[in-house]
Amino acid sequence: MKNNTFMDKLNQFVDGEFVITTKRKHKPERRPSTHYEPSLKERFAVWHDTKAPAFFKVAYGVSSVVICLTLIGILLITVSFLPAYGNADNPVNNEVSERYIEKGLEETGAVNIVTGMILDYRAFDTLGESHVLFTASAAVMLLMKKEKKGKKVSSNKYSPKRDPIVKNVARFIIPFLLIFGIYLLLNGHLSPGGGFSAGAVMGAGLILFSSAFGYKRISKIITEKLVKTVTLGSLLFYACAKGYSFFTGANHIPTGIPLGEAGAILSSGLILPLNIAVGLVVTFTMYSFYSLFSKGEI
Amino acid sequence: MGPNLLSNYYETAAMVLFGIGFTTLFLQPNLIKKVIGLNIMDSAIYLFLAAKGYIDGRLAPIVVNGVTDMSAYINPIPSGLVLTGIVVGVSVTAVSLSLIQKLYKEYHTLDMDEIMTMVRKESEH
Repeated sequence: MKNNTFMDKLNQFVDGEFVITTKRKHKPERRPSTHYEPSLKERFAVWHDTKAPAFFKVAYGVSSVVICLTLIGILLITVSFLPAYGNADNPVNNEVSERYIEKGLEETGAVNIVTGMILDYRAFDTLGESHVLFTASAAVMLLMKKEKKGKKVSSNKYSPKRDPIVKNVARFIIPFLLIFGIYLLLNGHLSPGGGFSAGAVMGAGLILFSSAFGYKRISKIITEKLVKTVTLGSLLFYACAKGYSFFTGANHIPTGIPLGEAGAILSSGLILPLNIAVGLVVTFTMYSFYSLFSKGEI
Repeated sequence: MGPNLLSNYYETAAMVLFGIGFTTLFLQPNLIKKVIGLNIMDSAIYLFLAAKGYIDGRLAPIVVNGVTDMSAYINPIPSGLVLTGIVVGVSVTAVSLSLIQKLYKEYHTLDMDEIMTMVRKESEH
């Protein structure tokens, strides 16, 4: 009878006579195998050398796509909460832009409010921008300049071939490019344009000249010394002029620079010379980028 | 989700472009293509700023006929910020391209992974 034996055993257990013993299976003895079992570390090393590059490549691709999609999603959700596009009551259009628009012409003399803003109210910012360009061109010069002057690497190797189509088209286009650049430069305070765009246009003209007529002819006009002198001179002039106007403005001294009649070329005080300075810096920086990249010297 | 996702379509496009540029930075091992991705991100930011400054039915901030009233012109501040952004973008591109050219002259490849393996091997020896 099962129940009885169970109750008996329970009684024995309660009395402390019975001890539970668990049956243990007989463990087979481990055979000394000839087969070499690699340790976990060694297996990891093998996996790392054989399969890991492919695995990590796939994992990297998948995780980067996931990260980028998440980023786009977060940004799109943020955009959906932004104020409506083109609405005049948006918080962006606050009293700062009101002040620039309503007093800009009167205080700076510039018809183009953006030029008046970046070269008068925020001239320090523009000075920093010109220095960013200057620093970039100095860094490129440092990196790209040929190390040894004695070792004559044939610069003609990369010199553009005298292609007749490019040459004839350039002969037509370059004068217009340069004139248009000068127009943008001198009308920066009257119409769309200004130092940076004019510098980009004139720099493009110089680059086209260089690639159409070869390095030899342009290096007769534009030498390294000229580039350095003009760039440094313009930046120094800019810094001095803005230093003067900051000093007088902070101390409430009249600057003594007439603003002129609004709409005339010679108007708006310091903005025109500052535009010319910025334009020259940008022109020569653009050209020096091109020539340093293509032949390693200006 | 807010209400303005589709009416802010310029901003939406700018953010998608930003994401595309960011993905290019992640997924392309070629350094030149990484710089292109960086430039796409730059352009997205210019688009975003220009869109933020625009106001429906108003003129560019150049005084016409002596009208200096705020209700006639768009916001001039984002335009100035875009100008700053363009200049910085050009400078960053120039410096990074010159660094890439130096790297190519040293290692004869533009693949960033290969360059990293070569650098690691060199530092082991």
